[in-house]
Amino acid sequence: MRRLFPHPYLSLTLVVLWFLLVNQWKLGSLVMAVILATVIPLLTSAWWPDRPRVKRPFGLAAYGLLVLWDIIVANFQVARIVLFFPRDRIRSAWIPIPLDLTSPEAISLLAGTITMTPGTLTADLSADGRALLVHALHAPDPAAVRDEIKSRYEARLQRIFE
Amino acid sequence: MTAFDTVLDLVLSALLVGGGIFALVGSYGLIRLPRPMQRLHAPTKATTIGVGAALAVSALDRLGQGQVSLQELLITLFLLLTAPVSALFLAKSLILRGEADPDLPPSPTGAPWSTLATPPQDP
Repeated sequence: MRRLFPHPYLSLTLVVLWFLLVNQWKLGSLVMAVILATVIPLLTSAWWPDRPRVKRPFGLAAYGLLVLWDIIVANFQVARIVLFFPRDRIRSAWIPIPLDLTSPEAISLLAGTITMTPGTLTADLSADGRALLVHALHAPDPAAVRDEIKSRYEARLQRIFE
Repeated sequence: MTAFDTVLDLVLSALLVGGGIFALVGSYGLIRLPRPMQRLHAPTKATTIGVGAALAVSALDRLGQGQVSLQELLITLFLLLTAPVSALFLAKSLILRGEADPDLPPSPTGAPWSTLATPPQDP
Protein backbone atom coordinates (compact mmCIF):
# COMPACT_ATOMS: atom_id res chain seq x y z
CA MET A 1 0.00 0.00 0.00
CA ARG A 2 2.77 2.38 0.96
CA ARG A 3 4.54 1.83 -2.35
CA LEU A 4 1.34 2.28 -4.37
CA PHE A 5 0.24 5.39 -2.45
CA PRO A 6 3.37 7.20 -1.23
CA HIS A 7 1.35 10.23 -0.16
CA PRO A 8 -2.12 9.21 1.08
CA TYR A 9 -3.13 12.80 1.94
CA LEU A 10 -2.14 13.95 -1.55
CA SER A 11 -4.16 11.11 -3.12
CA LEU A 12 -7.20 12.00 -1.01
CA THR A 13 -6.84 15.69 -1.92
CA LEU A 14 -6.63 14.81 -5.62
CA VAL A 15 -9.87 12.79 -5.45
CA VAL A 16 -11.69 15.71 -3.81
CA LEU A 17 -10.16 18.20 -6.29
CA TRP A 18 -11.26 16.11 -9.26
CA PHE A 19 -14.86 15.94 -8.00
CA LEU A 20 -14.86 19.71 -7.48
CA LEU A 21 -13.53 20.16 -11.02
CA VAL A 22 -16.17 18.04 -12.76
CA ASN A 23 -18.85 19.31 -10.36
CA GLN A 24 -21.06 16.21 -10.60
CA TRP A 25 -21.34 12.84 -8.87
CA LYS A 26 -20.87 10.00 -11.37
CA LEU A 27 -19.15 6.62 -11.20
CA GLY A 28 -16.99 7.56 -14.19
CA SER A 29 -15.66 10.59 -12.35
CA LEU A 30 -14.73 8.40 -9.40
CA VAL A 31 -12.76 6.02 -11.64
CA MET A 32 -10.91 8.94 -13.22
CA ALA A 33 -10.27 10.44 -9.77
CA VAL A 34 -8.78 7.19 -8.49
CA ILE A 35 -6.55 6.88 -11.57
CA LEU A 36 -5.25 10.43 -11.08
CA ALA A 37 -4.85 9.94 -7.32
CA THR A 38 -2.66 6.89 -8.03
CA VAL A 39 -0.59 8.15 -10.95
CA ILE A 40 0.24 11.72 -9.86
CA PRO A 41 1.74 10.85 -6.43
CA LEU A 42 3.72 8.00 -8.02
CA LEU A 43 5.16 10.24 -10.74
CA THR A 44 6.04 13.09 -8.36
CA SER A 45 7.24 11.07 -5.35
CA ALA A 46 10.88 11.33 -6.55
CA TRP A 47 10.78 15.06 -5.70
CA TRP A 48 8.95 14.57 -2.41
CA PRO A 49 10.68 11.65 -0.67
CA ASP A 50 9.53 12.29 2.91
CA ARG A 51 5.99 11.86 4.04
CA PRO A 52 4.80 14.95 5.94
CA ARG A 53 3.53 14.16 9.41
CA VAL A 54 0.39 16.06 10.38
CA LYS A 55 -0.22 15.38 14.04
CA ARG A 56 -3.41 17.38 14.32
CA PRO A 57 -5.48 17.63 11.11
CA PHE A 58 -8.22 19.55 12.96
CA GLY A 59 -5.64 22.02 14.17
CA LEU A 60 -4.74 22.53 10.51
CA ALA A 61 -8.39 23.31 9.65
CA ALA A 62 -8.63 25.80 12.53
CA TYR A 63 -5.38 27.36 11.35
CA GLY A 64 -6.86 27.76 7.86
CA LEU A 65 -9.87 29.65 9.25
CA LEU A 66 -7.60 31.91 11.31
CA VAL A 67 -5.52 32.72 8.22
CA LEU A 68 -8.65 33.40 6.12
CA TRP A 69 -9.85 35.89 8.74
CA ASP A 70 -6.41 37.53 8.89
CA ILE A 71 -6.37 37.85 5.09
CA ILE A 72 -9.60 39.87 5.21
CA VAL A 73 -8.15 42.12 7.93
CA ALA A 74 -4.89 42.39 5.95
CA ASN A 75 -6.76 43.71 2.95
CA PHE A 76 -8.29 46.56 4.92
CA GLN A 77 -4.93 47.48 6.47
CA VAL A 78 -3.04 47.46 3.18
CA ALA A 79 -5.83 49.42 1.46
CA ARG A 80 -5.62 52.05 4.24
CA ILE A 81 -1.85 52.38 3.86
CA VAL A 82 -2.05 52.56 0.06
CA LEU A 83 -4.82 55.17 0.06
CA PHE A 84 -4.21 57.43 3.04
CA PHE A 85 -0.57 57.30 4.09
CA PRO A 86 1.69 60.04 2.78
CA ARG A 87 4.46 58.38 0.78
CA ASP A 88 7.30 59.49 3.06
CA ARG A 89 5.56 58.26 6.22
CA ILE A 90 5.46 54.62 5.10
CA ARG A 91 8.13 52.89 7.16
CA SER A 92 9.06 49.73 5.28
CA ALA A 93 11.43 47.32 6.96
CA TRP A 94 13.25 44.05 6.40
CA ILE A 95 12.62 41.59 9.21
CA PRO A 96 14.79 38.45 9.51
CA ILE A 97 12.90 35.73 11.37
CA PRO A 98 14.87 32.85 12.90
CA LEU A 99 12.82 29.65 12.59
CA ASP A 100 12.05 27.02 15.21
CA LEU A 101 10.18 24.91 12.63
CA THR A 102 12.15 22.21 10.86
CA SER A 103 9.62 20.41 8.62
CA PRO A 104 9.81 21.79 5.05
CA GLU A 105 6.02 21.59 4.65
CA ALA A 106 5.48 23.65 7.81
CA ILE A 107 8.02 26.26 6.71
CA SER A 108 6.41 26.67 3.28
CA LEU A 109 3.01 27.00 4.95
CA LEU A 110 4.41 29.67 7.29
CA ALA A 111 6.02 31.52 4.36
CA GLY A 112 2.72 31.48 2.44
CA THR A 113 0.81 32.67 5.50
CA ILE A 114 3.20 35.58 6.02
CA THR A 115 2.75 36.67 2.41
CA MET A 116 -1.05 36.60 2.60
CA THR A 117 -1.45 38.38 5.96
CA PRO A 118 -1.13 41.95 7.34
CA GLY A 119 1.44 44.02 5.49
CA THR A 120 4.16 41.37 5.36
CA LEU A 121 5.75 39.42 2.53
CA THR A 122 8.18 36.49 2.54
CA ALA A 123 11.13 37.49 0.37
CA ASP A 124 13.73 34.78 0.92
CA LEU A 125 14.89 31.79 2.94
CA SER A 126 18.40 31.49 4.33
CA ALA A 127 20.61 28.93 2.60
CA ASP A 128 20.53 26.60 5.61
CA GLY A 129 16.72 26.80 5.87
CA ARG A 130 16.78 28.16 9.42
CA ALA A 131 15.56 31.74 8.85
CA LEU A 132 13.04 33.63 6.72
CA LEU A 133 13.55 37.11 5.26
CA VAL A 134 10.31 39.08 5.58
CA HIS A 135 9.54 42.49 4.10
CA ALA A 136 7.00 44.62 5.96
CA LEU A 137 5.13 47.39 4.14
CA HIS A 138 4.67 49.55 7.23
CA ALA A 139 6.39 48.46 10.45
CA PRO A 140 7.48 51.21 12.85
CA ASP A 141 8.46 48.42 15.28
CA PRO A 142 9.97 45.44 13.38
CA ALA A 143 10.65 43.42 16.55
CA ALA A 144 6.93 43.44 17.43
CA VAL A 145 6.03 42.14 13.95
CA ARG A 146 8.59 39.35 14.31
CA ASP A 147 7.25 38.35 17.73
CA GLU A 148 3.65 38.39 16.48
CA ILE A 149 4.48 36.11 13.53
CA LYS A 150 6.33 33.72 15.82
CA SER A 151 3.59 33.55 18.46
CA ARG A 152 0.51 33.75 16.21
CA TYR A 153 1.51 31.48 13.33
CA GLU A 154 4.74 29.62 13.99
CA ALA A 155 3.75 28.35 17.44
CA ARG A 156 0.47 27.01 16.02
CA LEU A 157 2.22 25.32 13.08
CA GLN A 158 4.71 23.78 15.46
CA ARG A 159 1.90 22.23 17.49
CA ILE A 160 0.30 20.88 14.30
CA PHE A 161 3.39 19.45 12.58
CA GLU A 162 5.98 18.67 15.24
CA MET B 1 -39.16 37.30 -6.20
CA THR B 2 -39.30 36.48 -2.51
CA ALA B 3 -37.94 38.69 0.26
CA PHE B 4 -35.01 36.28 0.62
CA ASP B 5 -34.05 36.73 -3.03
CA THR B 6 -34.12 40.51 -2.69
CA VAL B 7 -31.91 40.48 0.40
CA LEU B 8 -29.55 38.00 -1.25
CA ASP B 9 -29.29 40.18 -4.35
CA LEU B 10 -28.52 43.22 -2.22
CA VAL B 11 -25.82 41.42 -0.23
CA LEU B 12 -24.22 39.94 -3.35
CA SER B 13 -24.25 43.29 -5.16
CA ALA B 14 -22.59 44.94 -2.15
CA LEU B 15 -19.94 42.19 -2.15
CA LEU B 16 -19.27 42.69 -5.87
CA VAL B 17 -18.89 46.46 -5.56
CA GLY B 18 -16.76 46.16 -2.40
CA GLY B 19 -14.50 43.56 -4.03
CA GLY B 20 -14.16 45.76 -7.10
CA ILE B 21 -13.05 48.68 -4.94
CA PHE B 22 -10.37 46.54 -3.30
CA ALA B 23 -9.09 45.29 -6.67
CA LEU B 24 -8.89 48.92 -7.82
CA VAL B 25 -6.98 49.92 -4.67
CA GLY B 26 -4.52 47.09 -5.26
CA SER B 27 -3.80 48.30 -8.78
CA TYR B 28 -3.62 51.92 -7.61
CA GLY B 29 -1.01 50.83 -5.02
CA LEU B 30 1.20 49.70 -7.90
CA ILE B 31 1.34 53.30 -9.13
CA ARG B 32 1.43 55.07 -5.80
CA LEU B 33 3.98 53.16 -3.71
CA PRO B 34 7.49 54.41 -4.53
CA ARG B 35 9.81 51.42 -4.05
CA PRO B 36 9.74 48.06 -5.87
CA MET B 37 9.48 45.94 -2.70
CA GLN B 38 6.55 48.07 -1.45
CA ARG B 39 4.78 47.68 -4.78
CA LEU B 40 4.78 43.91 -4.30
CA HIS B 41 2.49 44.28 -1.28
CA ALA B 42 -0.50 45.87 -2.97
CA PRO B 43 -1.26 43.24 -5.64
CA THR B 44 -0.63 40.23 -3.36
CA LYS B 45 -3.20 41.30 -0.78
CA ALA B 46 -5.63 43.95 -1.88
CA THR B 47 -6.52 41.97 -4.99
CA THR B 48 -7.08 38.67 -3.16
CA ILE B 49 -10.20 40.05 -1.51
CA GLY B 50 -11.35 41.49 -4.85
CA VAL B 51 -11.19 38.11 -6.56
CA GLY B 52 -12.42 36.41 -3.37
CA ALA B 53 -15.55 38.55 -3.27
CA ALA B 54 -16.29 37.89 -6.95
CA LEU B 55 -15.88 34.13 -6.34
CA ALA B 56 -18.15 34.21 -3.27
CA VAL B 57 -20.85 35.96 -5.31
CA SER B 58 -20.49 33.43 -8.10
CA ALA B 59 -20.75 30.52 -5.63
CA LEU B 60 -23.83 31.89 -3.84
CA ASP B 61 -25.58 33.33 -6.88
CA ARG B 62 -28.21 30.58 -7.09
CA LEU B 63 -28.68 30.12 -3.36
CA GLY B 64 -32.31 31.19 -3.83
CA GLN B 65 -32.92 27.97 -5.81
CA GLY B 66 -31.06 25.98 -3.17
CA GLN B 67 -27.91 25.54 -5.24
CA VAL B 68 -24.39 26.31 -4.13
CA SER B 69 -21.61 25.98 -6.68
CA LEU B 70 -18.44 24.44 -5.25
CA GLN B 71 -16.04 25.01 -8.13
CA GLU B 72 -15.33 28.52 -6.82
CA LEU B 73 -13.86 26.89 -3.71
CA LEU B 74 -11.30 25.29 -6.00
CA ILE B 75 -10.36 28.62 -7.58
CA THR B 76 -9.97 30.16 -4.12
CA LEU B 77 -7.71 27.30 -3.08
CA PHE B 78 -5.45 27.63 -6.11
CA LEU B 79 -5.36 31.39 -5.65
CA LEU B 80 -4.19 30.96 -2.05
CA LEU B 81 -1.57 28.44 -3.20
CA THR B 82 -0.15 30.41 -6.14
CA ALA B 83 -0.20 34.05 -4.92
CA PRO B 84 2.54 33.55 -2.26
CA VAL B 85 4.71 31.58 -4.69
CA SER B 86 4.62 34.24 -7.41
CA ALA B 87 5.24 36.97 -4.81
CA LEU B 88 8.22 35.02 -3.45
CA PHE B 89 9.74 34.67 -6.90
CA LEU B 90 9.24 38.36 -7.71
CA ALA B 91 10.94 39.24 -4.41
CA LYS B 92 13.81 36.83 -5.09
CA SER B 93 14.41 38.29 -8.55
CA LEU B 94 14.41 41.81 -7.06
CA ILE B 95 17.00 40.74 -4.48
CA LEU B 96 19.12 39.01 -7.11
CA ARG B 97 19.10 42.06 -9.42
CA GLY B 98 19.93 44.36 -6.50
CA GLU B 99 16.71 46.32 -7.02
CA ALA B 100 15.35 45.50 -3.57
CA ASP B 101 16.08 48.10 -0.91
CA PRO B 102 19.85 48.34 -0.38
CA ASP B 103 19.87 47.78 3.39
CA LEU B 104 19.26 44.02 3.23
CA PRO B 105 19.95 42.63 6.74
CA PRO B 106 22.28 39.62 7.13
CA SER B 107 20.61 36.31 7.92
CA PRO B 108 20.56 35.61 11.70
CA THR B 109 21.85 32.07 11.25
CA GLY B 110 25.18 32.95 9.62
CA ALA B 111 24.32 31.23 6.33
CA PRO B 112 23.58 33.72 3.51
CA TRP B 113 20.09 34.30 2.05
CA SER B 114 19.55 31.52 -0.46
CA THR B 115 19.09 33.86 -3.44
CA LEU B 116 22.55 35.32 -2.91
CA ALA B 117 24.28 32.09 -1.88
CA THR B 118 26.61 30.30 -4.30
CA PRO B 119 24.74 27.25 -5.60
CA PRO B 120 26.06 23.84 -4.54
CA GLN B 121 28.30 22.23 -7.17
CA ASP B 122 27.04 19.17 -8.99
CA PRO B 123 29.14 16.14 -8.06
